[in-house]
Amino acid sequence: MTMTSATVVEPRALLLAQNRWHPVEIAFWLATLLPFYFFPSYLSLASQIAIAALFALSLDLILGYAGIVSLGHAAYFGMGAYTVGLISKLGWGEPLSLLVVGALSAGLLGYVTSFIIAPFRHLTLIMITLGIGLLLLEAANSASWLTGGADGLQGVRIWPLLNTFEFDLWGYTAYSYSLIVLFVVFLVARRLIHSPFGLALRGIRENAVRMPAIGAPSRTHIRKIYTISAIMAGIAGALIVETTETVSLEALSFERSADVLVMLIVGGAGRLYGGIVGSIIYMVARDQFSGVNPQYWYFWIGLLLVAIVMFLPNGVLGGLQRLTAGWKSRKP
Amino acid sequence: MIGPFVAVMFDGFAYGMLLFLMSVGLSVTLGMMNFVNLAHGSFAMIGGYVTVTLMNHLGWPFLATLPAAFLVAAVFSVAFERTLFRRLYQATDLDQVLLTIGLVFMSIAAVAYIYGTELQPIHVPDYLRGFVTLWGVNFAVYRLFLVAVALAVSALLVVGLEYTRFGAQVRAAVDNQRMARGLGIDVDRSFAYTFALGSGLAGLGGALAVEIVGLDHSFALVYLVYVLIIVSVGGLGSIAGSLLAAIVIGISDTAGKYYFPYLGAFLIYLVMIIVLMWRPAGLFGRR
Amino acid sequence: MTAPVLATEGLDKSFGSLVVASGIALAVPQGARYALIGPNGAGKTTLINLLTGMLAPDAGTIRLGGQDITGLQPHERVKRGLVRTFQINTLFPHLSALEAVTLAVCERRGFSGTWWRALTAYRQDIDEAYDILVKMMLGADCHRQTRELAYGQQRLLEIALALATRPKVLLLDEPAAGVPREESAELFTAINNLSQDITVLFIEHDMELVFRLASRIIVMVGGSILLEGTPEEIAADPRVREVYLGGARHG
Repeated sequence: MTMTSATVVEPRALLLAQNRWHPVEIAFWLATLLPFYFFPSYLSLASQIAIAALFALSLDLILGYAGIVSLGHAAYFGMGAYTVGLISKLGWGEPLSLLVVGALSAGLLGYVTSFIIAPFRHLTLIMITLGIGLLLLEAANSASWLTGGADGLQGVRIWPLLNTFEFDLWGYTAYSYSLIVLFVVFLVARRLIHSPFGLALRGIRENAVRMPAIGAPSRTHIRKIYTISAIMAGIAGALIVETTETVSLEALSFERSADVLVMLIVGGAGRLYGGIVGSIIYMVARDQFSGVNPQYWYFWIGLLLVAIVMFLPNGVLGGLQRLTAGWKSRKP
Repeated sequence: MIGPFVAVMFDGFAYGMLLFLMSVGLSVTLGMMNFVNLAHGSFAMIGGYVTVTLMNHLGWPFLATLPAAFLVAAVFSVAFERTLFRRLYQATDLDQVLLTIGLVFMSIAAVAYIYGTELQPIHVPDYLRGFVTLWGVNFAVYRLFLVAVALAVSALLVVGLEYTRFGAQVRAAVDNQRMARGLGIDVDRSFAYTFALGSGLAGLGGALAVEIVGLDHSFALVYLVYVLIIVSVGGLGSIAGSLLAAIVIGISDTAGKYYFPYLGAFLIYLVMIIVLMWRPAGLFGRR
Repeated sequence: MTAPVLATEGLDKSFGSLVVASGIALAVPQGARYALIGPNGAGKTTLINLLTGMLAPDAGTIRLGGQDITGLQPHERVKRGLVRTFQINTLFPHLSALEAVTLAVCERRGFSGTWWRALTAYRQDIDEAYDILVKMMLGADCHRQTRELAYGQQRLLEIALALATRPKVLLLDEPAAGVPREESAELFTAINNLSQDITVLFIEHDMELVFRLASRIIVMVGGSILLEGTPEEIAADPRVREVYLGGARHG
């Protein structure tokens, strides 16, 4: 990039280019409509994938962008899920309002716990996130009179969406609903990434030591993104209950936290689409190998993790980025 | 009234000593190299399965399997360290976590494949069974044995650290790696030996644990959590910290489950979070 | 008599038996160019860590513009105008130079928490960041990622980041560290051209830089201030020569 003293470089040029919607992005979102026409018998799965993608996106915001390694993100997913489940058991099953309440309750939990995690880094932080997740799981397990324990909640009934669209076994409503919610949340995330706050988060990830030295209140930033992420995870949790009318301890489990981490890493963290791509790959693969004993599934997942760390550290999207030289929007 | 209380305390103490054996290696190696090795639980599990295999399939006496458990776990750890871990000493926490979690998953699946998912049967020799009555309280012989072994190991570790040249090198490397290298200490080699030793101890702990807590394929993950809690609470690189934390966790867990079964494992997670918030580097940690 | 813009009294810090700061007393007037020199381990970087709040003192006070800042968090001190650079490049590897400096500007202006407006909407602030980079001779490479910049450019970016916060007092920790003689001219120009509104205290081992830039020199040894004076006084003092063995340039 050369410059003569006469040329004025438009400093915003490259930044503006990053904001623009790349044609591949548009194609991707159009492609999410394909299951309606080409895989109508897989709409339930597609709905599960959309929800997993949303959950992975929420993790990406704290892990890929702010650098917070969490082994307990299922806490917020489960919080959203159980809130919806419990309220519906009390008799109120309107999905949109339940979604909002589920999101808010997860957000509240996220806000409170954000004060606990914000001052820490490295192993201490990892342990605290793990501890919070396990704590909530244990609490839910013990309070089986409330949560239904290992069997889960019985009698969850969700009313038709907008009073017209029933959540049936075919999954049309489920997938449409999940896809729209995913897209809306995605738009919010995309905006956030390209905002000054998004830049600050990347600053924290890139060099947490330098941030206070330029006057950044890192802890405030971390608490904010953690809360936002918890809200999004709660939305995902709420969606899964609304579309499947079941909720059990599995929603709060370490497996759930580990799975979402794997999905994000497979796709590539810090690249906005990583969680979505990773979820598609993971969930489709899991569906294909659903006959296989869960033990053996985790063997291959383990091997995949080892392989990714050793050979493909930025996941699928990172690998693609290296391959395609002309990938315009240089994702951070 | 006193009887059950002392018994519970002793059980918790014995459990803590077991956890100490499983944790001390991770604490020291984390303190030395800052390498987050979540596969440590797998080494403990391997030790357990070695003992079970040697006893049930090859008829070895229990005590003879203990050194074997130590050695096999140590050998596995050396293999992993050579091939995988040493490339990641400068890597991010996340990468280390992912790699070692991947290994944990693989080890759990491998063990489930070979041995199935049931609890592994074990029959410790008669002289280690039963109770002895001291001061009106019944103490389980096996637990006394456990405490004796753990104390012997602790004594050896302390003596080794304080009085041998190797120990001095380890202490220097934990204290200040850069300075230790500058003084000409071969930190990498010290680390390799320490890592093997620590993993071997975990294997020994796993072998001893079979009789107390049972062994199945989920052992690696379940006890990983306990080990991580102890290491974080005790402080990285501190043997005394691991010992204290292990005893605290062991007693809290045992007493907690006995007196407040409703709380279950809840209590130790809460203890951990509170301790870490008060002292992020652990009770005896630095930084 | 105007109050010094940066002052400390009786600043102490020890780690166990290791004393890294003992009774440090400073009084730096506005617009001054002070150099802090001394052998390795004298406690110079420690002093900067104490001043910026990265290290808490065992005793003593720190005043900025007459106000006691001893209890303030590091980022709060930056907001008050006390800013530092690092001896080892402490930058944002995957951010472009422009993004990094813009981030500092956003933090200063207080809208780094805004998540619903695009960064590109803040035209003025991006332009300000760009102007700082141009002053640091990094304008042409502003879109390159920090980790791709040459070492000397990274040292300049270190200073650019600090300037974006509009400091009143700038603490430079060995700005020329690792920069070969041939490239240090740009660095010298950059520091020399800093506005008189900014008070500068810099640690350096490069004696040529010190004598060209500093109006006053403070010598530290073993955690204490040995003496301070004008460059001529320091150059002539036998104690300094003893401490430095001829003022050999740090490698």
